[in-house]
Amino acid sequence: MRRRQIILSLAGVAGASAFMLGLGAWKTRNRAVPNPLLPLPLTSMDWRLTNHVGQEVTPADLRGRPAMVFFGFTYCPDVCPTTLLDIADWLEALGSDADRLTVALITVDPERDTPDVLADYISNFDPRIIGLTGSMGETACAAADFRISFDKMPTVDGDYTINHTAGVFLFYANGRFASIIDFHEDRRFAVPKLRRILA
Amino acid sequence: MKNLLPAMAFLLAAPMAQACETFTSGDISVQQAWSRASIGTGRPAVLYLEITNSGAMDDALLGLTTPAASMPMLHETTVTDGVAAMPHAASIPVPAGQTVALSPGGFHGMLMGLTAPLVEGEKFPITLTFEKAGALDVSVDILSMRAQEAACDDAK
Repeated sequence: MRRRQIILSLAGVAGASAFMLGLGAWKTRNRAVPNPLLPLPLTSMDWRLTNHVGQEVTPADLRGRPAMVFFGFTYCPDVCPTTLLDIADWLEALGSDADRLTVALITVDPERDTPDVLADYISNFDPRIIGLTGSMGETACAAADFRISFDKMPTVDGDYTINHTAGVFLFYANGRFASIIDFHEDRRFAVPKLRRILA
Repeated sequence: MKNLLPAMAFLLAAPMAQACETFTSGDISVQQAWSRASIGTGRPAVLYLEITNSGAMDDALLGLTTPAASMPMLHETTVTDGVAAMPHAASIPVPAGQTVALSPGGFHGMLMGLTAPLVEGEKFPITLTFEKAGALDVSVDILSMRAQEAACDDAK
């Protein structure tokens, strides 16, 4: 008798749990569960930045074409030129297909990297790269949507450098996040990843 | 005539030396020292080179000075969980019998407070200080902003 009661009550709890789980799944069936470590799709992002020629750019402007987005700053002596040179190298490897890509550098140093400073800097690498900057708040919004971190680190002489996520983010033309190219990833892997979002 | 021989040897070596000089002090030699042209003097410039320790004792690069920058420092780029940081390196070990590279994405010299823009095709002097080998003067080639490695024939 006692055993039957226990079995019945357990079955009841299990049934109720299954119902709630099912209800939850049904209610969120159209919502992609965001991974806290990966960028949101461009369609779910909400930020507003200014490009290197002074025009406003929103996530919607990065859709319609496959996009390659990365974070950096122009006062960075090693990592950022290395990434920019890698990108220039990949674009060259893609040939004319690279013209169908949107390539954007979002600065994590908006205080120093004004649109003019960005324009001057990126002109040295590849004219297809656009630079994006904004207020500190706008930059933090973009960083949150891309799930990247950046930290201002003071240097001895009162100057500063910035630790930041060094990967390159790839998106399909419809805004869906595709993949990340890690810092210093071999071009044998990087270029096929780019071809995939261009296909 | 005896004095002329070294001079002639130098003349013959000159065209090669121009592309890729090696600087030696004791067991330490430094080659493929290069930097990138800068835009003005506002941004820190970078310094890359290779150090070979042909001796039997470990050595270490402790620091550098140069008239080209008021605050040259040694740094290392590290990437942890995808986040790149550039901590100051107190010294760079150069173990006996090994070659250590200061190269893009790893150890590098950071030249803060440039005294003049670095112009492609020009050179500037640096003095490296090693724990055991002492001071070593090296000439650094300024390559294009888009250079990714030293412009030597034997560069990797």
